[in-house]
Formats: sequence, C-alpha cells, structure tokens
Amino acid sequence: MTEINIVKDAVKKHGRKRESLMPVLQEIVKQENYLSEERLMEIAKEFDLSSAEVYGVATFYSFLPVKPMGENVIKVCQTIVCDMKGKEAVLDAIKDKLNIVPGQTSADGKFSLMAVNCIGQCSNAPAMLVNDKPYINLTYENVVKIIDEYQS
Amino acid sequence: MPKVYIDGTSIEVENGTTILEACEKIGVEIPTLCYLKHLNPAGSCRLCLVEVKGSRLLQTACTTPCAEGMEVTTMNQNIYNARKLVLELLLANHDDGCFSCPNNGKCDFARYCMDYDIEKSPFPRNKEFPPVDESGEFFTYDASKCILCRRCVRTCAELQCNNTYTLKGRGHETMVGLPFNQLFKTSNCVSCGNCVSVCPTGALSTKSGKKYRDWEIKKTQTTCPYCGVGCQIELHTKGNKVVGVEPLDGPANNNLLCVKGKFAYEFINHKDRLTKPMMRKGGKGSPLEEVSWDEAMSHIAEKMLAIKAESGPDSLAGFASARVTNEANYIFMKMMRAAVGTNNVDHCARLCHASTVAGLATTLGSGAMTNSISEVVDSDVILVSGSNTTETHPVIGAKMRQALLRGAKLIVAEPREIDLAKQAEIFLQIRPGTNVAFFNGMMNVVIEEDLLDKEYVENRTEGFEELKTLISEYTPEKVAEICNINAEDLRKAARLYAKAEKASIFYSMGVTQHSTGTAGVMCTSNLALLCGKIGKYGCGVNPLRGQNNVQGACDVGCLPGDYTAYQKVVNPDARAKFEKAWGVSLPDKPGLTITETIGAIESGDIRCLYVMGENPMLSDPDINHVEHALKKCEFLVVQDIFLTETAELADVVLPAGSYAETDGTFTNTERRVQLVCKAIEPVGDSREDWDIINELMDRLGYKNNFSSSSDILDELAGTSPSYGGYSFERLKKEQPQWPCPNKDHPGTPVLHIGKFSRGERAIFKPSPYIPAAELPDEEYPFVLTTGRVLYQYHTRTMTGKSEGLTNIMGTSFIEINPTDAGKLGIANSDKVKVASRRGEVTVEAHVTDKVAEGILFMPFHYKDGPANKLTNNVIDPIAKIPEYKVCAARLEKF
Repeated sequence: MTEINIVKDAVKKHGRKRESLMPVLQEIVKQENYLSEERLMEIAKEFDLSSAEVYGVATFYSFLPVKPMGENVIKVCQTIVCDMKGKEAVLDAIKDKLNIVPGQTSADGKFSLMAVNCIGQCSNAPAMLVNDKPYINLTYENVVKIIDEYQS
Repeated sequence: MPKVYIDGTSIEVENGTTILEACEKIGVEIPTLCYLKHLNPAGSCRLCLVEVKGSRLLQTACTTPCAEGMEVTTMNQNIYNARKLVLELLLANHDDGCFSCPNNGKCDFARYCMDYDIEKSPFPRNKEFPPVDESGEFFTYDASKCILCRRCVRTCAELQCNNTYTLKGRGHETMVGLPFNQLFKTSNCVSCGNCVSVCPTGALSTKSGKKYRDWEIKKTQTTCPYCGVGCQIELHTKGNKVVGVEPLDGPANNNLLCVKGKFAYEFINHKDRLTKPMMRKGGKGSPLEEVSWDEAMSHIAEKMLAIKAESGPDSLAGFASARVTNEANYIFMKMMRAAVGTNNVDHCARLCHASTVAGLATTLGSGAMTNSISEVVDSDVILVSGSNTTETHPVIGAKMRQALLRGAKLIVAEPREIDLAKQAEIFLQIRPGTNVAFFNGMMNVVIEEDLLDKEYVENRTEGFEELKTLISEYTPEKVAEICNINAEDLRKAARLYAKAEKASIFYSMGVTQHSTGTAGVMCTSNLALLCGKIGKYGCGVNPLRGQNNVQGACDVGCLPGDYTAYQKVVNPDARAKFEKAWGVSLPDKPGLTITETIGAIESGDIRCLYVMGENPMLSDPDINHVEHALKKCEFLVVQDIFLTETAELADVVLPAGSYAETDGTFTNTERRVQLVCKAIEPVGDSREDWDIINELMDRLGYKNNFSSSSDILDELAGTSPSYGGYSFERLKKEQPQWPCPNKDHPGTPVLHIGKFSRGERAIFKPSPYIPAAELPDEEYPFVLTTGRVLYQYHTRTMTGKSEGLTNIMGTSFIEINPTDAGKLGIANSDKVKVASRRGEVTVEAHVTDKVAEGILFMPFHYKDGPANKLTNNVIDPIAKIPEYKVCAARLEKF
C-alpha cells in the first residue's frame, strides 16, 4: 500500500492541476529514480489526463527517465560547447571505467549513463552531473577519479 | 475586416482569418502537412511558409492571422528553397518503398516532393523504427512512413478525444506512437479510424486499403447507414465492390466517423446477401426455393388481395424500416394505406422512441431533437441520461468530449458507469427505471432553490402550478432513496444545470424504453422548460435516434396513427388531403402498433404481415412470443438484404438493395435530410426497396407515377408541410433541417424559438414516479437492463458480417458487479445461465463495477444469448413502447 502513496503524497504536496504535473513527475524520479509504467498510469489517473499525454511529457525530458536507472546516474552534456571542449574524452573515460555508453547501465547496476542537452555549464565545459551534482572542466583523468570516488 | 494583399490580389477577410484561409478563399494553394480544418493550427510542419512584407523571417500561413494592409507573397525562390529543405529533412528518415505503400497515388507528401523536385534527400538516414503495429483489426501503423505532422495525435486528442497517441521522446528521436510499449490491441484505441483518414502518408493505413489504388476507385458521396448521427461519407468502389469509406465534412460529423461507419462495410458485397427472390412453393414447412421476380410478386399480390377480400384490409399489416430511405418508407406506407387500405403500418421506432414522439409532441408540439448536433460543442452544461453516447452515437459522443475540452461541464445520470461518466462533473448512478424520479428531484431543487426561469415559465408555458404541486413531493432525500444516489449530488446537478446559460439534455433508450417511457420523456421537457432552456441555441431536449433513418421513417408516416409529417389519420382534413392526393378513400381508424400486431397475429386478426428491412425476431421484446406469432402468421413476406432470423420464417423472401445500391434520402437525428446516392449496381437480382413496392402496388391495383425515388420525394414534399422544401436537386447543394416548408426556406436548426410548434405555449406534464412493471423478488433477485455496444449495431445483420468487429466483440455477455459475482462464485469470463419469467439464455459473465450491485446489463445485439428472450413486453400505455430496460432476472454459474 505504501507504494500507491508515493503518487498520492506527491499530488498532495504539489497539487493536481495541469501545471503540477512536472513537479510530481520529478518527485517520483527523486524517490524511485525513474518513472515506471505503473506510476505514470497512477499519475495520469490522479491528474485525470490520458496516460499517453503523461508518457509524452515524461519522454520529452531526459531528466525524467522511464527506464530503471542505476544507483548513480551520470548525465554528460552533449551540447555544442561541451562537445567542442572534449565531451568525447569524458565518454571515453566512462566507457573505460564502466564499460557503458549513453543509454546503458553498468552490469552491476551501480551506474547509468545518459547524454543530455545543455546543463548550463558552458563556461566550464565539458561538464557532467552525477546524481545532479555538477562536475566541471572535465578531463579523461579527473573523470576517472570522480568515478573511483563513487565506486568506493 | 482587415484587407490583405496575396500575390498582389486584395481580399477582405473576417478578423482572425489566417493567411492560409485567406489563400484558400482566392484559390491560392499553399502546401500543408500538419494543417486540418477542424484542428487548432499547430504550425509544426513548416511547409506553409510564406513571405510577409516587413517580417524578417518567413511565416507559417496556417498560424499567422491576417492584419490590415498585410502583403503576402506565396512563392519565390526563397520560399521554394525553405519548403524544399523542410521536405528533404522529412524525407531523410521516411521509408521510400513507395511502390508497395498503400498510400501510393494519394500521398500528399509524395506529391509535394514531386512539386519541389525532390527525388532523394541529401541528408543521412539515421533513425531506427519499431516494427509495424498490425495488432489492430482494421489498420496498421508503420512509424517509418511517419512524417511527424501529428495530425493523428491531434485528431485523436482534440476531435475524437480519446488520447491514444502521443509524441514519444524529443528532437531527432521524436516518434509518434502509443504510450509505453502498447500496441493498438492493448491500448484504449476504439478503432474509429479517424487517425487513418487524416494521415497524409501511408504510416496509418487500412488493412483493406492495401489491395487497391486510389486511381482504380470511384468515389460516391452518401450518408452513413448506421446510427442516427447522419455522417456524410464517401464510398470507395472498385468495380461493383465497396472497398473503403472516407469521412466527409458533413454538418453533423465534420470529418469524423466511428468504427462502424469507417470499417463495417463488408456486408454490402457479402456472400450471404440475398440475390434471388425465394418462396416456399410447397406451402408452410417446405423449403425456401429461388423463384423469378414475376412468380414471387404475383404470388404476393394474389395472397394479399385474397386475404384482403376475405377478412378485410385490417387483416394485413406492414412493418416499415428505420434503415431504408424516406422514399422507400413513404411508398411502403402509401402501399399499406392506399393500395391495401389499412393504417396497420409501423416500424421499430415503436421500440425505441415512440415515447419521445408521443411525449415531446404533447409538451412542445414536435417529437424530435429540438437543437442541432453541432451546438453541443458550445453548450456550457450537458446533461446525459439514459444514453451511452460514446458507444451508441460515437460522433456525438466525441463532440460532447470536445465541449468538455472547451470547459463545458457534464452531468451523467445512468445506471452504468459508462465512459462519459468518468469525465462527468457529477455522475449519478441511478437505479434502472427511476428516471422519472430523478428528473422530478432535479425540478424539486430548481423550484425549492428558486433557480427557475420565471419569466420564461410565465410567458411561454402552461401548467406550472400543477407541476409545482406534484414536484413538491420529490424532495432530494426521497429521490436519493428511490434512485439510490446521493441527495447532495442531485442538488449539485440541479444547480449546475439550472444556472448554466446554455444547457442541453441528451437522452436515449434509457429514458424511453420503459412502461413509463412517455412520462420520462415529458420529464426531460418539464425540466428544460422550467429552466427556460428550450428554443435557444446550445440548449434543448435532444433525443438521440438510434438508426440512420428512424427519424425519417416516422416523418414520412410509417406510424399507425400518422400520415407524413405527423398529420393525424383521425383528422378529417388531413385524411381528405391524402384522399385527394392519392385518389382513393382512406381508413379513419388508427392502425396497430408493432407490439399490438404481434398480439393480433397470435389471435388470428392479422393474417398477412409484410416486413421490409426489420428483424423483429431479435429486436422485439420476449422473442419466444414473437417467434410463436410469426410462425403462426398465415402469410409472411420479408424484404431484406439478408436472410435474417425473421426472413427464415417467411413464406416469400424478396432481395432488396442495400443503401449503396439506391438513391434516396435519410433524415438524421437532428432532423437533417441528406442524400443517399447509388454507388454500385444492385447485388445479384436484388432490387431497390422503392422499386419493389412500386411494382407490387401496381399488382395490387394501384398505379403510381414514379420513375425514380426523386419523384417520390417530390410527392412527399407536396403532401408534407415540414418537408415542403426538399428535392434531390436542392439536397445536392444543401441539407436543411425540417421544418423546411418551401424551396426558399433555410431550414430550422433550433426548434421552438419564440413560439412552440404546438402553439404559443409549451405545456408542463407533471408525471409521478411509477416503479417498473417487474421488480426483483426472491425468485428473480436482479434487475436486468439492456443496451448497445460500440462495435455492434442493432441485430448485427450488417455489423455481424464484419470480421474485425466480430473479433473485437463477437459474442454476447452479461455485466455483473464483483460483489454479486463473488457471492455467486462467478469469475470473469465464466459461462452463466440468465433467466427471467420469459426465458433463459447462456452467456459469458463480465465481472465489472460498471454496474452497481443488484444490476445486470446485457447487450441486445446477439443471436447467441439474445437478451430479448428475457425482456418484458409490458408496454407504455401511451406510446406502446416495451420496457426493455428493466426486468427481473436471476443468474447462476453454468
């Protein structure tokens, strides 16, 4: 029963008007790290929206994953500035350490990697987020270190 | 009224007109992919780019409103390049297997690529697509042919209001599809096919459409043969075969259709169609054998004349049809009255809306929808009672939902939690058969809380004091107990309805098919009158007629007491008028109704029954009784397109042409007369209904002067005030609603404006609540109510031929509440035996909380598990309509 309350509680907190949909979706991701079909259906019901509409909204945002994520979620910026300043090296480091490419989760379920659009760190590119904590001015080496920290 | 210049041509347009609409007006074609007339403009395909003088960038013509003095250029090199780029980008990831594409020959996208000299996209193909979704019965979705115009998404969300589709993902990865990994079959899709009709490419295409090309087909504009909405359609025929249906922008449907209208056309060329007249040459008990038309017709004429000579004209009776054209019904009723000499002519309106005709004619003066279908979209409050609108009149249901999107509020008073109930502001799950109490309760609150329209009541109605006296007994608490609802909800509903500026009432069989059906109808009109909501746009009392031409069959006089346009046979003036027009003397006594005719056959008073396009063996209540009577009938003639359950009992069977094989008119539920046009030649040796009756009348000794159905409409127009303005010629151009007394009259979208049809004032007919005739008891503890489902129509003579519909919903079922099912040890899909005092049937149980405890629901369509073996044929004393909606039943696990 507690499971159902996650959605109900989020709705209680943020309201059930159309504009509260985003905060509720974010709330569920915060708690469960992704949006399951079941949760999206419950949310649709709470908001009196079609599940198609709620699903459409969720899949539009890379910060609202609809697939289960690893314990730690790495979001590497793929937009122009980060791309020019060495995004590939960041992805290489992650690939070497964790053997995953964007869209994948490591075999041990500890890390998921996503390539996302601009995260507002262009002046410190390339940048990435790990569990929403920003890491900037990345190089192959410091990415390896950062991952080591999360692994220990 | 801004004036704009388009390529140098000036045009003055209404405020808010877009550049695209202005271009359309002066015949300048702008390419569009995402634009559709009835959708809000999206501006997403970027193909309609035009140059507006003074704007830095090109503008989308579909979203930019015209402004005073605007100078628009619709083509130059810059525009050409921009549009070409858009097309090239779209083509990059568009499957180029055009040869095998079902859309080949009618593809907008391919045409535009050709117009802009594109053979190949210069951009790389780098998108992966899911496999084609072929799970639906009628159409497939191939994402690799999708160009993301979102017409389907928007049509499904904004017009059909079903929200099956969504846009998945973002940017380059964006795809149109169903949420999660749903397929059509596992989604909420209702197979209306409106997405397929609007798809500009072959992404969404009909399964049947893969077998023919656009240039091979002939297109015929006509009217849909299913429910009473009267959707305008285009029949696609290849040779003498109907191969597809496309929606047209008719006044009632605005390019929408439902699953039946769009896909259930297989019956037309079905192998089971009757193609030859048949007779039992060896008399009763012998098999039906094919005979020539001449032999069949001379036998019928001989028998009819002999019976008439022996037992008088009133020993013959005819059932006309709510399915066939006005012209066929008119000539049928003329045959019974002028050639046979009896008023024994009726049709299945007796079984659906006789109480509407009787009730509203009494209170208002006209027994039809007071307002137009399109107005529902503008209503502020919609009260639906006794109608599962989204299933029985799907396009009207869609329009109600469109109204909700615009902020209208919905009140649903229904025994079942129908789909509309989920979107209702207030849902009152009333017990079957308690409509009268419900409406009286609504009025009690309106009067008690002083919400009535006093000026209207005073100036336009009579009988208010009597109403007030009766209504005072129906306190919300008392009504709540009768209906098993919450008194506070009732109060809220009454306030919502009464306070709305524009509030409309929609009802159907749930109000009419009771032994108190006429009272129920009068109550709807009492409530509307009390709140001043008749004779105004967006308001009214709107009975939804079930069949394509049930309104017309009533209008043209297939009723035992009425000539055309409800001129009474007991009125000497009306009789004299028809005697003069037809040159014969006519009987002055009203004839027998359908329900009475069955009894009269049983008693031997009726010896000959002529049935044109009806199937009483499934549609009438207590069919064991009907079967007994029809078997006993001395001479039964059935004229139909299939060997129906009724035709199987006939002495002579005549093969009629379907709606695709005849010319004529249907009158829809909003009183709109629309053309039916012949698309193919008659199947086999079948003949058009009117033509068969015309010859038979000749053989019965009455000569008509008809050489086409157009001639019949002319005679009908000449004898019927409300139809006076109709002719085939006019109906090709416009389809006015009756009353339309003359050729120049524009028709009447809203009845009773300023004055009622019955006179200056409408009358209140206070009606006390009387419980249904048969209530549950120890032996039969459940209330059984019956109704329809989206995927079938009437007795399935037509929809039963559709493989897809049969796959979706091919067998009968009974709905039972989970609590009741639990007590009886019944699980979902179990076979159960249902019994009433009249018979028993075995069907599959659907355990669902759609029905309340103690209530059972069964659809009436099915031959296997026929609900009408159980229903009660007790009738309403005024309208003679049977009580299909309530009988006592019991059930047990099979």
